[in-house]
Parts: sequence; C-alpha cells; structure tokens
Amino acid sequence: MNEISIAPKPKTRRPGVPAAEEPMIEIDRLCLSYGDKPALKGISMRIAKNRVTAFIGPSGCGKSSLLRCLNRMNDLIDGVRITGAIRIAGTDIQGPAVDVTHLRKRVGMVFQKSNPFPKSIYDNVAYGPRILGVRSRSEIETQVESSLRSAALWDEVRDRLYESALRLSGGQQQRLCIARALAVEPEVLLMDEPCSALDPIATAKIEELMDELKVRYTIVVVTHNMQQAARASDYTGFLLLGELIEFKDTPALFTTPVDRRTEDYITGRFG
Amino acid sequence: MNGTRLRRRLVSAAAVGFCVLSVVLALVPLGFILFFVLKEGLPALTFDFLTRLPKPVGEQGGGMGNAIVGSSILIALAGLIAVPIGIVSGIHLAEFRAGRLATVVRFAADVLNGVPSIVIGIFAYSIAVMPFSRFSALAGGVALGIMMIPIIVRTTEELLNLVPPSLRDGALALGATRARAVFSVILPAALPGILTGVLVALARIAGETAPLLFTAFNNRFWSARLNQPIASLTVQVYTYAISPYDDWHRQAWAGATVLIGAVLLFSLLARTAIRRLERMHHA
Repeated sequence: MNEISIAPKPKTRRPGVPAAEEPMIEIDRLCLSYGDKPALKGISMRIAKNRVTAFIGPSGCGKSSLLRCLNRMNDLIDGVRITGAIRIAGTDIQGPAVDVTHLRKRVGMVFQKSNPFPKSIYDNVAYGPRILGVRSRSEIETQVESSLRSAALWDEVRDRLYESALRLSGGQQQRLCIARALAVEPEVLLMDEPCSALDPIATAKIEELMDELKVRYTIVVVTHNMQQAARASDYTGFLLLGELIEFKDTPALFTTPVDRRTEDYITGRFG
Repeated sequence: MNGTRLRRRLVSAAAVGFCVLSVVLALVPLGFILFFVLKEGLPALTFDFLTRLPKPVGEQGGGMGNAIVGSSILIALAGLIAVPIGIVSGIHLAEFRAGRLATVVRFAADVLNGVPSIVIGIFAYSIAVMPFSRFSALAGGVALGIMMIPIIVRTTEELLNLVPPSLRDGALALGATRARAVFSVILPAALPGILTGVLVALARIAGETAPLLFTAFNNRFWSARLNQPIASLTVQVYTYAISPYDDWHRQAWAGATVLIGAVLLFSLLARTAIRRLERMHHA
C-alpha cells in the first residue's frame, strides 16, 4: 500500500495563483441565504480547468452550500435566496432560462454518504445514459464498462455486474457513485466530503482516482480533512462563516498562509 | 446487593410474564376462530363444494363454485380500480407533502378509512347501480375498490417517505427530472412495501359482505359478466348462515373455510414473491 504522506505531491502541481490557469468555473459575488440566515457572503473565485480544487473550513462555514450552488442542488431547498453570478465554461447557470437537468448532466456530483440506488451495479451506472435517452444496449454496455474502469472499480465487479449495488463495501459503493456520475460524461465533478465515511485504504483509492480523473474533468471537492486537501488538491480555498478567506495553490496555502485565520485553522487552533 | 438483584429478577420475570400473557390473549380469539371454522367447515368441504352450483332448498349437495369465481372477479376488479388510484394519490401526498391538495386528500383518505362499509355500499349503489337500474359485478368492484383506496394511499405515502432522500438527490444530480426520479428510483425502492400494503388491503376487502349486498347482489348461476349480478363467497355465507336449514349452515361453514384458506394461501404466496423482489433489490 502507498504510504499516505501529509506533504503534498509536487509532481503534478503548478505554482501560481488560480487566475493563471484556464478557468472552468467563475463565481462572482455569490451570496446565499437560507431564509434570513446568510450562508455565503459575496464569494468570488475562479476554479481552474482540469485541476482539483478543495474547499476546507469548519462545519457550517458554507463550503457545502457553495458546492451545491454549482449544480443548483440548492434549488431543492425551500427559502433559499441566491444572488451573484456563476459561469461554467462561460455560460451563466443561474438564469431562469437554464435547464437545470441539462446543467446537472454537465456538472456531476458525488455525495458524502454513498447513495447507490437499490438496483444492480449495472443499472446504477446505466441510469445516467438511460436518462440521456441512450437506447442501444451495446452503447450502454460500453459506457458502463468505461465508467467503471475510470472509477477503478471494473476489476472488482466485472463478474458481478447484475448483483445488487448494496452488497458492495462502503468504499466500493462510493466508487460506484463516482462511476455513475462519470457515465453521464460531465465536464465538472463535484465531491461533497466523498471520503468522510470511508477507511484510510478506501480514502487513498478515491484520492488516487481524483488525481487520474482531473485529466478529463474539473474536480471540486469539499473536505473536512485537511490532510486530504493537502494530498489530493491543486488549489485550496479556506472558508469561514460564509466568506472565502484565502484561496491559492495548495502547497502555498498550507505552508505560507497569509491570513491569520487560515493559519489558525490549518494548525488546528480552532475549528 | 443480593436484595437488589433478586428484586430485578422478580420485576423482569413479572414483565416477561405480562408480555407472554398479552400475546396469548391476543392470539386466543384467532385460535378459536380458526379452530371452529375448520372444525365445522372441513367436513363439508368436498370437491363438489368447490366446483358445483348451489342446489335449491331441500336438495342435498351442491356447492359454491360460482361464488368462489365471483369473489375472485370482485377482488380483481377492486384491485384494478384501487391500486392505480391509491398509488398515484400516495405519490402525490409524498411528493407534495405540504400542498393544499395534499392536506385535503390526506384528510379525505383518513375519513374514508373510517366510513362504515355499509355506507360505502350505499354510495356505490347510488353511483353504479341506480343509473343502470341493475346490480352488477362492476358495482361490487367499485364498492370494494373504494374501501381499498385509503389503505393503499396511506401505505404508499408512508413507504415513499421512508426512502432515504439521498436517493432522490442522487437521481436529480444525474440530471433526472423530478418525475423520473420518482418513477425510476424512489417508487421501485419502496415497491416491496407498497405491494405488502396492497396485499393487506386485498385481504381486508376479501372478507367484506356489507358493500356487496346491494351492489354485486348475488347470483345462483355461473356468471362472469361484469354487468350482471355476481355471486360472492361472503354474501353466500351470509345468506346461508341466516337460513333455517342445517345443510346450508354446513355449507356456510365450508364457505368460511374456503375464504380463510384462500386469503391465507394468497398472502403466503404474495409474501414469498415480495421477499424475492426485496432480496433482488436490497442487500
């Protein structure tokens, strides 16, 4: 097994601020409130294409709310008010003309608790392509296999594709959810604390996966685990009480934080 | 120390004893019913009874074959009417929990559940018998269907609410519309439970007599026509049981035996099927 080190891997990282890269997502003065309670207070940032960007911060800081703005999952909650702009690949996703289901096909999501459907492994992965209207069996089969391969699950499940997905282990279930999201061929993959319910070995597998997947996808991950952000991401944003305190490339954030609050948080003085 | 232990043991023994007693008391009536029905019914339960038409008064023999067929038809009709309406309403209640229509429908279902079956019979009489001036199997199916609807509505709602919201989020995050998420993920996940609810409702209405008295009425001949009166086990048992003839009394017992046996057998078969469905979907 690979040794899990806290120090970030330098090989795949580029120094410099996010602005130097090609942006995939641009967030402009984004505010969000649940009823009267503000959760995000004017967030502006650019998220680089084909990179892993992590949001860290204490519970309730708004990192999950921010993530769920990117595929408009907040629409499902009553009383949410959102102002400001979010552009993904140049198009505004907030407008009333935007087809939310289309947006969610472009922006996939993996949840904190793995949520495979109570169906077979095959049907779980095939769900997305079927929604997209793919009818051809062979096409779906190809898509299922390639998605499971991308999620590094194929070898473990190739002989049991028609078994219930709920028989898989926790880590396998989470990778199945990743495969399911990939089968829709999204451009962006959102991950909301994808490893918080997993053991270290399963966690290492998912982090490895993130590193492989960023070649094709832009990945945004919310994590409670600072070591994970340090290990697996290229850029890290620190949120506190609904504000983006500091956002830069991961090694710099963890070694030379500028803001006092960032330093306090990453050294464990609060949070 | 020892005293405390002794006291705990005594209290525990008393509590367990009380539980056992309660279970026994609850099971005694069931045991008695089964015992008497089988004791009186089995001797009269012959092959002829299951396959023959009733004989006129005074003639020995004959059976309830037509009533067995009739009851099956009535129950199937009731299911066909109530299952789609009940499940769709249940989905509405689960999806639009706080909506005004949902509140009204939920209240209406609860009220309907408490309406005496004879009143439902009168209602079915006024909408499905009077306009056609004719008792019919269809009217009986409508009456039984109305009785089933509230049970299915509330079971469907409750079971859909038990499906974890994360499954819905998962489907929506893949770009599914709300309707698609309901019909392709949430409903299938709740299906085994909903089918059990349907089964309970079917078993419940299988034993109803009152709603059939002036809807399906009765028929002494073979009939599978939906626009004609039709025989049913329950009405036949009722008619025979209140008659003054010993032979008819014996036949009524046999009819009750068939009814109980059929409901039991049907429940067992359906439960096995539902278990298999459950095992297929869940770990």
